[in-house]
Amino acid sequence: MSALFTEAFLTALILGAVTAGIPLMLAGLGEQISEKAGVLNIGIEGMMLIGAYTGFLVAYFTGSIWLGFFSGSLGGMAVASLMALFCVRLGLSQIVIGIALTLGAEGLTALLHHFQFSQSYPRLEAVESLAIPGLSALPVIGPALFDRPPIIYLAIAAVAVTAWVFRSTNLGLALQAAGDKPAALDAAGVDVIAVRTGAVLTTGLLAGLGGAFMAEVGAGIFVPFMTNGAGFIGIVLAMLARGRPLWVLLGALLFGACLSATTALQVAGVDIPTDVIQMLPFAAVLAILVVFGRRASLPPALGSHYVRGAR
Amino acid sequence: MTDPAASSGIHPSPGMPDPLIALDHVTKRFPGVVANDQVSVAIWPGEVHVLLGENGAGKSTLVGMLSGIQQPDDGGILIEGREVSIDTPATALSLGIGTVFQHAMLVPSLTVAENMALGGKAWTRPDRQGIRRDMDKVCTDLGITIDPHARVGSLSLGEQQQVEIVRAVLRHSRVLILDEATAMLTPKGAQELGALMRRLVARGLAVIFITHKLNEAVEFGDRITVLRLGRKVGEIAPDRLRTLGSEAVTAEILRLMFGSHVVGADTGGRRRPTPTGETVLALSAIDVPDESVPVRGVDLTIRSGEILGVAGIDGNGQKQLAEAIAGQRRLGAGTIRLAGVAIETLSVADRRRLGLRYVTDDRLNEGTVGSFPIALNLVLKQVGEEPFWFRGVQRSAPIADHARRLVSEFDVRTPGVETAIGKLSGGNIQKALLARELSGEARVVIFAKPTYGLDVQNIRATRQRIRDAAERGCAVMLISTDLEEILELSDRIAVMDQGRVVGVVDNDADARSRVGALMSGAHR
Amino acid sequence: MTSELARKRMTASAPRPDLGPLARRAALALGPVLAALVLGGLVLLVLGVNPIAYYVFVVERGLLSPTGIQATLTRMAPLLLIAASLIVAFRAGIWNLGGDGQFLLGAVVVAAAAPLLIQHLPSWAVLVVCMALGALVGAVWSVLPALLKAYQGVNEIITTLMMTFLGVSFANVLVKLAFRDPGTTVPQTRTLEVADRLPRLFETTISSGLVIGIVAILAVHVMMTRTAFGLKLRIVGANTRAAVHAGLSVPRLTVAVFAISASLAGLAGAVEILGVQGNVRADWNPAYSLTVVPLVFLARFNGPATIAFVFLFSVLSIGGESAARRMGVPNFFTLVIVGILLILLGLAEYLDQRRRAGGP
Repeated sequence: MSALFTEAFLTALILGAVTAGIPLMLAGLGEQISEKAGVLNIGIEGMMLIGAYTGFLVAYFTGSIWLGFFSGSLGGMAVASLMALFCVRLGLSQIVIGIALTLGAEGLTALLHHFQFSQSYPRLEAVESLAIPGLSALPVIGPALFDRPPIIYLAIAAVAVTAWVFRSTNLGLALQAAGDKPAALDAAGVDVIAVRTGAVLTTGLLAGLGGAFMAEVGAGIFVPFMTNGAGFIGIVLAMLARGRPLWVLLGALLFGACLSATTALQVAGVDIPTDVIQMLPFAAVLAILVVFGRRASLPPALGSHYVRGAR
Repeated sequence: MTDPAASSGIHPSPGMPDPLIALDHVTKRFPGVVANDQVSVAIWPGEVHVLLGENGAGKSTLVGMLSGIQQPDDGGILIEGREVSIDTPATALSLGIGTVFQHAMLVPSLTVAENMALGGKAWTRPDRQGIRRDMDKVCTDLGITIDPHARVGSLSLGEQQQVEIVRAVLRHSRVLILDEATAMLTPKGAQELGALMRRLVARGLAVIFITHKLNEAVEFGDRITVLRLGRKVGEIAPDRLRTLGSEAVTAEILRLMFGSHVVGADTGGRRRPTPTGETVLALSAIDVPDESVPVRGVDLTIRSGEILGVAGIDGNGQKQLAEAIAGQRRLGAGTIRLAGVAIETLSVADRRRLGLRYVTDDRLNEGTVGSFPIALNLVLKQVGEEPFWFRGVQRSAPIADHARRLVSEFDVRTPGVETAIGKLSGGNIQKALLARELSGEARVVIFAKPTYGLDVQNIRATRQRIRDAAERGCAVMLISTDLEEILELSDRIAVMDQGRVVGVVDNDADARSRVGALMSGAHR
Repeated sequence: MTSELARKRMTASAPRPDLGPLARRAALALGPVLAALVLGGLVLLVLGVNPIAYYVFVVERGLLSPTGIQATLTRMAPLLLIAASLIVAFRAGIWNLGGDGQFLLGAVVVAAAAPLLIQHLPSWAVLVVCMALGALVGAVWSVLPALLKAYQGVNEIITTLMMTFLGVSFANVLVKLAFRDPGTTVPQTRTLEVADRLPRLFETTISSGLVIGIVAILAVHVMMTRTAFGLKLRIVGANTRAAVHAGLSVPRLTVAVFAISASLAGLAGAVEILGVQGNVRADWNPAYSLTVVPLVFLARFNGPATIAFVFLFSVLSIGGESAARRMGVPNFFTLVIVGILLILLGLAEYLDQRRRAGGP
């Protein structure tokens, strides 16, 4: 067993955990913002997929990784704007629309990819990394954490920004009020619909970026259905983190480690079928729900449409 | 109680050229209902203006239009003579109109100071310290103590109301609307609120006080506007209020509110001999676990033919106790005997078969399934039982027959028994609930806030049903937050406070003051 | 205040007599379908495919040709069983979105068991045992979400989805490692001979699974609308607090709903294997369940109406599979249509409510 914990294995594991964990983290962070404001965003899987597709496409044709991230975010927001329109403004069922957006995005990206590339899967160039002087020279964590594509540092910064917004701004108070007691927010003179719309669009932005990250940094290619439930894991992360962005990051890295364990184990010379490894994160989620299920808290007004004057 | 004429006499009505707010022939229609019909009201600074009327008289709609939740279909709102459009709550706030709603409009998971900060510029840091300073000043002025860093969810409803009042003052409101503000308060709390209103108008604010309680209107008001079925039916100006004595004012208001047939506002205590039947319901050492209000050590007995009133401020364990007796909640400890039979381990259905009935106060969300037809709602607690079901298969004819019989017997006004019950008015839903619970072999009936939200006719009809149930020999438990109702109907009165029964008194001449004292925590 | 508002809302929802209820419901259901086909057509146009030619081809291959209609009717069997599974759950207010996992595991276990059992039991007994087995496996796969929902209040959308992801991978593990047919090179289970499968109807190629599906969906419909048990489930679904008030054991009923719903999904898997596939290949996942969700919504949880929509969908998907081969439009297009359909369905409902409320 001790042979497992070689430097190569640990580096591969942490490296993989970050690469696989960042999209989960972005999805979970986005979902957390929506949920805080009272919108259960089941469509996040669709937002990620569209983000992955547009991100890949733009990066492929322009050669610019950053333009790819940008358009991935925009793609996610485009899907989110549908969610905002139908669920926040018109008050349609968040579950039905969420499923619809996910199914539609799955179908659409697969269809478009087929018409564009038929059965081939062109590969993007590897993303350049940015070594942080000093830290990148550390053993194991140096190459795994501090010699990585700059988007990773940005994504982690998003956690800090979100935490700051939640804790130290009026916007954070408004978000919490929108999910906890929207009528009180409305009576305080803040537009609940606007707050929720903003939250959902931000979710789309983050989820789209997460999808683009998956395609551009994680895989280097776009494959239909490539998000494979990452959005749903994001939902669970948000539920379990109970409004704390840092917990989303930690949870995402944990899941990322599960997802990337195959590669790391292959590095260590252990061969486990991919399917078994793919079960790990979901089994972990369920195990966590079994243990902490009762404490996975959700805002009181989650999932319910706000209509001024109705009680 | 102080003499209302004297108390309003201290504050002379200021004679200003333009009122602060004027509602000018305001009309608001909802599909099928005219909630406000050409209502004109003028609000003056330095005055407590009472809007008095029954449920459904259109008070809440008026409040809604002033606070930006609804817009008038016709007519206009003028502030200091200029016509304004109050299209959002934010507009109302910026115009200096602050509203304290019946159900507190505070976010329970945030602290008091954070609630005050709500609505500030998005990207700035909430100025918790500044708010604290401002709050301290206003609180001292108004004679209130509130911890700015307490979570709102941990405050009592009375305290939450004070927070909202302070917030309105902090926002430089010139008009403060209090919507049914005393509904959740003890008699003492209501008195304190009255005094607070006096201090607010002394600062030059205008206070609009909405209530359906006549005595509060007379006691706290400088000017009283009476609404009835969406129309303004009368206004009593401050000088008139002063010259008439409180009795004459009361009589006049009653005439305005109800027309010529004045309902018994003063039927007094029970005029029946004290029931001497056998004990039917006996609770001993009842504990009911609950996260917010656990019930501890309740001992009560009710005789056949007796009405036991359970008084107390809402949320002091009444609901938990009722649910435990009905079988909807597990008991922590204790026994419940119905005519000597221990029932605490029986299911809801078995208890019902033994004659135990529970009329819940939450008619729409608990008592009925709104989308189901009336007929099914009337057998909601007998699903699967014969003759309505045979071997698990529904038999429509007996269900419909049963429903038609009850609908006519209890005078439920409905197009038919297949109509979804949610489409009926509150009064008719209550009739249907009473029909379900009082039909058959009822022996013990628990009523939870049975007249809450009903109009006068239905209140009278419901109270008569309660009396009738007792006449027929049922043991009746009447849980109510309306002290008048308890005093009107009960033989004995138990008072609940923080999950305990803190005293049981006979309903005699000084029951009111003793119950009031117990409710305010005199026993603590 | 509450009652006042409630009354207003009630008055508001009183229906206008201008459209008959049947005509209105038909318009509500068909409107979104037609609009979705038109929007889908636009997508095809963008991709450079003639939408009219595509739809004509789909209808021809899925409905009008003899082999097409037989394939369509056969395809309906698992879809109907899944629809029945969803109707029970949704009417009881339980969002069982884990049908795909339940279906797939039921299918895999049946595919592994049937070829073994056939050596010891008569063919009819194998079919019966295997259907029971599939249902059981489906139910087992819902135990965790059921208990978490019933006793911990954990949102079942999350748990059932997780169980589906877990189940799909687990099914692959089973096919590749435990139940793999040593006689083939591709990873798949042993195959049940055609002669031992569910009998075909009359002189056609239609599997008798169709009959099982129709019976199941009608039985579920009757159960939900005519029996005391169904009424209890509907009470729980419509208003949990009223259910508690009426003395119903909500946790126990919740578990029962999961058990019935998941067994039907598992049975669907069994019927698909026993009637059509005969074995399970690795990475096989038709993902029927999520796509049946919109159909059930479209039919407003009504059994007979669901049969009609499942038929329509089967035509689309059988025709679409042909079109994928002949016209180069991959099957994913059906997913796009379903997504659009769901959104339009929601919109139609919204507009209908507005219209009935007499709003602007």
